[in-house]
Amino acid sequence: MDGEELTEQETALYDRQIRVWGADAQRRLSKAHILVSGLKGTVAEFCKNVVLAGVGSLTLIDDRPVTEEALSANFLIAPDENNLSGKSIAELCCDSLKDFNPMVRVSVEKGDLSSFGGDFYDKFDVVVVSCCSQTAKKLINEKCRKLAKRVAFYAVDCRDSCGEIFVDLQNYTYSKEAIAVPWKSLPRRMSKLYYAMRVIERFEEAEGRNPGQTSIEDLPKVLKLRKEVCEAHSLNESSIPDLLLERLVTGTREFPPVCAIVGGILGQEVIKAISGKGDPVKNFFFFDAMEGKGTIEDISEPNNGS
Amino acid sequence: MTSEQQLTAIKGAKVLMVGAGGIGCELLKTLALSGFQDIHIIDMDTIEVSNLNRQFLFRKSHVGQSKAKVARDAVLRFRPHISITPYHANVKDPDFKVDFFKQFNVVLNGLDNLDARRHVNRLCLAADVPLIESGTTGFLGQVTVHIKGKTECYECQPKPVPKTYPVCTITSTPSKFIHCIVWAKDLLFAKLFGDKNQDNDLNVRSTDATSSSEHAEDVFERKKGEGIGLYGRRIYDHVFGYNIEVALSNEETWKNRNRPRPIYSRDVLPFKLIQQNGNVDKNLMADAPSPVSAMASLGLKSPQDIWNLKENSRIFFESLKLFLVKREKEIGNLTFDKDDQLAVEFVTAAANVRASSFGILLHSLFEAKGIAGNIVHAVATTNAIIAGLIVIEAVKVLQNDANSYRMTYCLEHPSKKMLLMPVEPFEPNKSCYVCSEMPLLLEVNTHHSKLRDIVEKIVKAKLGMSCPLVMHGSALLYEVGDDLDKDMVANYAANLDKVLSGLPSPVTGGTILTVEDLHQELSCNINIKHREEFDKEKEPNGMVLSGWTQSPAKEKDDNASINNGASASNASSHAFSLEVKEDSETAIVPVATGSVPTGKKRKMFDISEDSVPDLSSVPDEVRSKNKLEEIDDDDGDDVVLLDDGCSDGVKKKRLR
Ligand SMILES: [Zn+2]
Repeated sequence: MDGEELTEQETALYDRQIRVWGADAQRRLSKAHILVSGLKGTVAEFCKNVVLAGVGSLTLIDDRPVTEEALSANFLIAPDENNLSGKSIAELCCDSLKDFNPMVRVSVEKGDLSSFGGDFYDKFDVVVVSCCSQTAKKLINEKCRKLAKRVAFYAVDCRDSCGEIFVDLQNYTYSKEAIAVPWKSLPRRMSKLYYAMRVIERFEEAEGRNPGQTSIEDLPKVLKLRKEVCEAHSLNESSIPDLLLERLVTGTREFPPVCAIVGGILGQEVIKAISGKGDPVKNFFFFDAMEGKGTIEDISEPNNGS
Repeated sequence: MTSEQQLTAIKGAKVLMVGAGGIGCELLKTLALSGFQDIHIIDMDTIEVSNLNRQFLFRKSHVGQSKAKVARDAVLRFRPHISITPYHANVKDPDFKVDFFKQFNVVLNGLDNLDARRHVNRLCLAADVPLIESGTTGFLGQVTVHIKGKTECYECQPKPVPKTYPVCTITSTPSKFIHCIVWAKDLLFAKLFGDKNQDNDLNVRSTDATSSSEHAEDVFERKKGEGIGLYGRRIYDHVFGYNIEVALSNEETWKNRNRPRPIYSRDVLPFKLIQQNGNVDKNLMADAPSPVSAMASLGLKSPQDIWNLKENSRIFFESLKLFLVKREKEIGNLTFDKDDQLAVEFVTAAANVRASSFGILLHSLFEAKGIAGNIVHAVATTNAIIAGLIVIEAVKVLQNDANSYRMTYCLEHPSKKMLLMPVEPFEPNKSCYVCSEMPLLLEVNTHHSKLRDIVEKIVKAKLGMSCPLVMHGSALLYEVGDDLDKDMVANYAANLDKVLSGLPSPVTGGTILTVEDLHQELSCNINIKHREEFDKEKEPNGMVLSGWTQSPAKEKDDNASINNGASASNASSHAFSLEVKEDSETAIVPVATGSVPTGKKRKMFDISEDSVPDLSSVPDEVRSKNKLEEIDDDDGDDVVLLDDGCSDGVKKKRLR
């Protein structure tokens, strides 16, 4: 296809996966540039997966200093490095990731993702965001949308033993629409997690909290918000169980097995999107360890344009 | 994140991981992050370059070192205060006895072969320790929970044995590339470079009685003073030209088949070219320890390219020459090894020339290597997902939360909107010879079959026992062990060569034999039924074992021209099988075939989207689906996630 044979070294290293997705897909992967922001456990898993898969480059954004919480589900940071360096989470993860596959360029970008302009996003084929507000997600998604080239956008978050992936391959609904769909119009057997995550997002937004900055004390307010939202959408409140909201409000730390699962699915989806092999998820993926299901939901405006 | 109870269970747990490969690396990482503090890990393998794309705890500098030890060191870097005990050893070593297993709260398998999986299953049953089993192939994977007496054991459903091919398909009427590979690898390569005393069907043709084995010997032996070029040409013309002509003379064979085309070297390559073919000196002079390669000396670079007949012929001559010149000492002792570049080159070239002759599509070296070496498709993401699911089940097992145990399938395409599909575990199979007391039935001619046949072909090959003991009532007929005295050893050796009815304690129809493996602490009874006649084609062992494997569907499969596994009774010793012995961690998906991957992937799950979700019904639906797919046999690509047809006779019951 597009010229350039894989080198002998690449063929040897990627032998087993070329047998899964073929040499063409491997070549496309090696030319793809990925940006990730918000390096908690799930994104760390994702980064490992795409670096091993052999993407062209991976750029990391996360200026936060290392805290105990940041370490809890992140195997890319050794605890001793924590004290000795004034390095950011992104910088520490970068060092580990480089080591996983010398053929992938891993680098760090500083600054606030939502402040970057279009020319910044233009450098990438895939943008993955995590641990940021609903507003920021929408903003970044829109910036990607405005570019002449297609940039695949993903938002991923895990709380307690639940995880959610949103996918916008720009041939479909984007986040602004996907989270504003009238709930009434959604199928009855919708993942409860979809509703619950929207309530939590709204709560954090309204209270001016950072993502994940909630505790059990917030539960009454969250339940009150659920009532309002459900009424506005004419949805039965029982569609969003108390227990689920309680788990999401209190279990703000990630559960490492869920990070592995959601980071694995996200890795697979990004590989599918880049390589053009297989049919990518549209447009949400949900996982809840309590029930063990990993579900795909297609959430879009019922009648576009009306 | 985790409840206090969960945390307490995790912290107090002592877990054994078997396998530090693709799933193992991911699993060890996830266990450590989740708070496990006492992890033991067994793996006999050392690290290879082709592991590095997914076994992320390993670096290039670790190639050649113990997987278990390097994995431990890598994980301690981000979780320094936990205890990880590595064993660079085979889990089948007698060191790992039942008592060893008893110290663990749960055993987690990330294994790559059926043999070890069966062994661990038995030890977990004997030690009464819960087992969580896993496997992946490409984007497919699954996790199952095995608890003695509560859920089915790993062997409750018979595992498909590797695909086998009838001799005549391989020797005379290949119709797929895999047939050409098997011919090139198991016949031609073995004949030229392997043990000369091995039986070899290279010259067998369906009805040709004229070629005596002596004649065949002459052809493949290099004559005194015969130049390498001439010798190569003679072999080439014999196997691709003369043998095809002889086969063509049997008109009956070609009535409903495309006639093959004999290929002679003079038509493909002028003699001069063969002489100049390649440059051995270049290879001889190279200081670098790079392996001897025909591709290198011919300047062919990409293993992804599909060579034409001429290129394949040149590789054929060049690799043959290199074997004779550079690796003369090994000739007579070689067996095919997928990591042996020259062997892969020779087999690829020979298979492709044969494929040209039979009008079969040619393949690249990369593809041929995958087929010949039974290389398993593997990606990091599936392993990571499966490892996460294992830990989730492990936490439930530690809390004894039996009602929420699940077996989970990781799918490539969503089914009922699910990519990860949990299913309730199944009850034990009441006729499982491993976890129940149900006896097996062996039909055998007690006047013809020897004890050796039973020990080798049944007890070891079918029942998977490695240190077997055979008893008739209280009389010991056979056992192995280091502490046996000389007389006993001689006695047992003598018994092996006796026919069953001629044993000191004669075994006849109606006899009940007890076979045991002391190491696995497994014992089972076999009812002997005498039978005079056996079908040589279909029952070449002269024995039929039934019981736990028996199912009505099986008979049909056995009659099919290709033995697609699934039968414990008559996997033909005289048919060719692609041995499932992979290098990678993942290989056989449990309750699945780990058979030959050749490329195309088939969609395995096609469950109607709008049906009411009833998870318990899924496996059976999927199973019956698979059965159909199995019969529709295309290029061996049966990467099947679930049981194939063979389990139909044993109806599974949902737990609870
Ligand atoms: Zn069983």
